[in-house]
Amino acid sequence: MEEALIFLDSHVHMVSRTTDDYEAMKKAGVVAVIEPAFWQGQPRTEVGTFKDYLSMLIGFERFRASQFGIKHYCTIGLNAKEANNEALAEQVMELLPLYLCKDGVVGVGEIGYDDQTDAEDKYFRLQLELAKELNLPIQIHTPHRDKKAGTTRTMDVIIEHGIDPTMVIVDHNNEETCKEVLDRGFWAAFTIYPHTKMGNERMVEVLRQYGPERIIIDSAADWGISDPLAVPKTAALILQSGLPAEYVTLTCYKNPLDAYSKSGQISESDWQEATSIDQTQLFEGNSILRGGQSPQLENGNASNIIK
Amino acid sequence: MTQKIFQADLEALKNYLCELVRPHISEQAESWLNQQSGKLQNDTTNKTLYLSFSSAPRFVGKIPINFTADLLAKANMIRAGFNPSGWTTDRAIRTYFLLFIPVARQENYIKTIETLFNSADIDEQVALYGALPLLPFPASLSRRAKEGIRTNMIPVFESIVLNNPYPAEYLEENAWNQMVLKAVFTERPLYKIYNADQRVNPHLAKMLSDFAHERWAAHRMVTPELWRFVAPYLDDFYLTDIKKILHEGTAFEKEAGALACSKSDYPAAKSLLQQYPELKDKAGKDDFSWNKLGKDYYAVQ
Repeated sequence: MEEALIFLDSHVHMVSRTTDDYEAMKKAGVVAVIEPAFWQGQPRTEVGTFKDYLSMLIGFERFRASQFGIKHYCTIGLNAKEANNEALAEQVMELLPLYLCKDGVVGVGEIGYDDQTDAEDKYFRLQLELAKELNLPIQIHTPHRDKKAGTTRTMDVIIEHGIDPTMVIVDHNNEETCKEVLDRGFWAAFTIYPHTKMGNERMVEVLRQYGPERIIIDSAADWGISDPLAVPKTAALILQSGLPAEYVTLTCYKNPLDAYSKSGQISESDWQEATSIDQTQLFEGNSILRGGQSPQLENGNASNIIK
Repeated sequence: MTQKIFQADLEALKNYLCELVRPHISEQAESWLNQQSGKLQNDTTNKTLYLSFSSAPRFVGKIPINFTADLLAKANMIRAGFNPSGWTTDRAIRTYFLLFIPVARQENYIKTIETLFNSADIDEQVALYGALPLLPFPASLSRRAKEGIRTNMIPVFESIVLNNPYPAEYLEENAWNQMVLKAVFTERPLYKIYNADQRVNPHLAKMLSDFAHERWAAHRMVTPELWRFVAPYLDDFYLTDIKKILHEGTAFEKEAGALACSKSDYPAAKSLLQQYPELKDKAGKDDFSWNKLGKDYYAVQ
């Protein structure tokens, strides 16, 4: 590779990841991450734990990322699963305005449907209105089950609320949902997540068919068996497959940047001018920051494939 | 005992903070500021406060403020020890907005402040903790200050510990000692701790000497500034430490040892210094001080 590639992983749950992951991501060229607020595996039963989680996304996790030279952004919202606990959901909705206008909050998310219940529908719509009022991008979680119909319904509801599709990133797409999402003018994000969502060989074929326009590749790495290097690995695979380098730049960097920069809260200059800020954050005299590292991709290596 | 309500004249502070940012912001930002200030007068639900506090950088930017010596002197006049050097426009304006919180009922005041603290991002925490010496009901904020000292986020820790007169005035001894020890541990410049010499105490001296021994056992260094807090309590026990740094320390540690001895009334310390004529001469000079040592030391770290 003549020029080192840089990546923006626009969907990754760093609170569940280790410092080894941060280090590996930095080394592989990830310059920035977006962490959507989501379910943490164990359902929350108190609004206080929700509040502390949201504070973590804009506080300690952001700081932790900065120690590795990675810029951390987030989207804030009430996820579909926990929307089903209505007593809790009501209180969480009251919290959201406190967080949505904070620095580095690049959207409302991840929101959408899980089981497609009435409660999910109610809080999805309320949050769409909130996003509209604050002019923020929306990061959509499409359901794992009944995905195709759920994705269609999600988009119908968004249009019904008068929201511009270019403000909406529909995530967790697959071969079945992709065409409609793109045809209707939304951003189509693909999560490269082993065994469940997309594999990256399939991703290459999707790109071959649709081209890179409005397509975004992310990892959604979290507390499950997932891969925080999914974006750089997929990028390597795309290049290996003989697709144009521009496909990588667009899907793994430029497209998510364009989509989320509509919030006014993320810009390339954030990481291009970041060093002077990070140097004040040495801890115990040590910094993991190393300027001028050249990102490394395991080019031509079978381990880049995520099934 | 009646507690002090105000640490500074809030109107003078507001004017000062606006004066700081005015040269750096657009007309549009200034009219936003005026508009928010108006709304904050009748902000019964705190919604304006929360939104203006969060969104300040979107309007006034994060521009480093230019300070003249006069401007800094003025800060110190408004509130002794108030030192906004290094502040950015968003930080000044966030602080400005905090001064609008109604003070009629202490309970409500603290509740509002706590809500802001509990949902703050890093920059907001820096603004909030940096405002501790300016906010009303200072004694009620000490629990919060202690909480802040437990942070692992360096910029947040620094906003409480460095160039901030609040800790020296309001932290009880245990909390103060923990703060200094953590500043040593995280290698922060100790000379920037406001009025540090007024809060030295035997317990802190012992903790820091123990810390040095622990580090030495692991073949690690300690900051030469540490001895500033041990110096007032020199006795035979601490003199063993001082002998060690005078004998085998770095140039900065030797200076620290000389400073400790020269400021001490302990006869054995005086005679120890006699053995190092060069250092003794240096220690006799007017500009030889802990602050200078700290500045010189951090300039080359």
